[in-house]
Amino acid sequence: MSKVRVLVGTHKGAFILTSDGKRQKWDISGPHFAGWDVYHMHGSPVNPDRLYASQTSGWFGQIIQRSDDGGQTWQPVGNQFGYEGDPGMHLFYDGSQRPWEFKRIWRLEPSPTEPDTVYAGAEDAALFRSTDGGQTWTELPGLREVKGHLWQPGAGGMCLHTILLDPADSNRIFVAISAAGAFRSEDGGQSWQPINQGLHSGGELPDPGAEVGHCVHNIAMHPSNPNVLFMQKHWDVMRSDDSGSSWREVSGNLPSDFGFPIAVHAHEPETIYVVPIKSDSEHYPPEGKLRVYRSRTGGNDWEPLTKGLPQSDCYVNILRSAMAVDTLDKCGIYFGTTGGQVYASADSGDNWSAIASNLPAVLSVEVQTLP
Amino acid sequence: MIRVQLPYHLQTLARVGREVELSVEAEPTIGSVLEALETAYPMLRGTVRDQVSGRRRDFIRFFACGQDWSLEAYETPLPEAVVAGREPFRIVGAMAGG
Repeated sequence: MSKVRVLVGTHKGAFILTSDGKRQKWDISGPHFAGWDVYHMHGSPVNPDRLYASQTSGWFGQIIQRSDDGGQTWQPVGNQFGYEGDPGMHLFYDGSQRPWEFKRIWRLEPSPTEPDTVYAGAEDAALFRSTDGGQTWTELPGLREVKGHLWQPGAGGMCLHTILLDPADSNRIFVAISAAGAFRSEDGGQSWQPINQGLHSGGELPDPGAEVGHCVHNIAMHPSNPNVLFMQKHWDVMRSDDSGSSWREVSGNLPSDFGFPIAVHAHEPETIYVVPIKSDSEHYPPEGKLRVYRSRTGGNDWEPLTKGLPQSDCYVNILRSAMAVDTLDKCGIYFGTTGGQVYASADSGDNWSAIASNLPAVLSVEVQTLP
Repeated sequence: MIRVQLPYHLQTLARVGREVELSVEAEPTIGSVLEALETAYPMLRGTVRDQVSGRRRDFIRFFACGQDWSLEAYETPLPEAVVAGREPFRIVGAMAGG
């Protein structure tokens, strides 16, 4: 029978939740790296027992951990993230220029084909790649050359938080940065172009046609259709049918088009999920009701999913990397909250239950479906 | 041998106790002790001082013999009591817990 492994990064360590394919009973191991922020954990699609974790601390900096036994044991690997050349300056919140400074790794994205190749998304925003299992890291500096001086931090920092590797074309990479926007490379990360046409950020940017500077919160794709991208922006849920070259809004009837994560159903490329948040000023669900919204039409028409989720007095947030899906049939959907709950649905979102209730604030959720 | 005390999170990262002993071949200075520490425990590289700039991290302090050595240059020789092993060189996480 298949198994499911849920990798949960929190504000005070990492937790690994496991279940059989029924997804009814869960075992929790952890905390791993107790007391540290774990921004992200991710497993290699080629070797699912190869896991990478971003362990970070305001006191002690950045550690990258690697496991080769599914998270039972871990070894620190390389943590030297040096920008190539002089990284120059970027915009600060107040419009002044500030020097680029490495702070932490937000995202680890293992290659779908090479177990020793893994990408890392940094704050201040940059993309790094390791081809030796995380021992050494090299920046792909062409990304910062795309008007990096006009990038600025979002509320969480100037972070590269989304990395999508096109499963059909190993040279095509998508990344997203708050607050710079979305970018695409067609040559394995050497050169990049902004893909923000159609994004509207009138409240945050003075230039309505700004090529960069947009606060993209998350992007998702279905592996069978990598030309279609779905975006949760600071405001607006967006869709692209041409690999990001143009975007159109598909917020439709959502109660709020602000939010952080977005996910795609494992078997239905037009079924997508978001968790509306009331506003950028309040960062909790509208009306105190925790509702996942599902669209089976690739956007515009949304239905609330509420069974098993708190429908009163709920004021948690769901962060950008804290929602993921498994590949079982029916598809499982998982998300974590800043209140320390991890909710799961084993039926594509129709019914939910908490599979962990009292963890530290959840920063990220990834799911592995194991044979 | 020079005794170096570590904050809790670096003890767990290096899988050692509160105190480690280091053999320092060069003149015992703040810098040579940090170099010996990072050589003996490579997982600590970047946790006490930035790997690129070499600067002490903002939330790290160095104490020895009841004195704050945090702002001293790396070339500063350590006091005789630390060199002789009677007193530890303390790497401390700054008081910022709440």
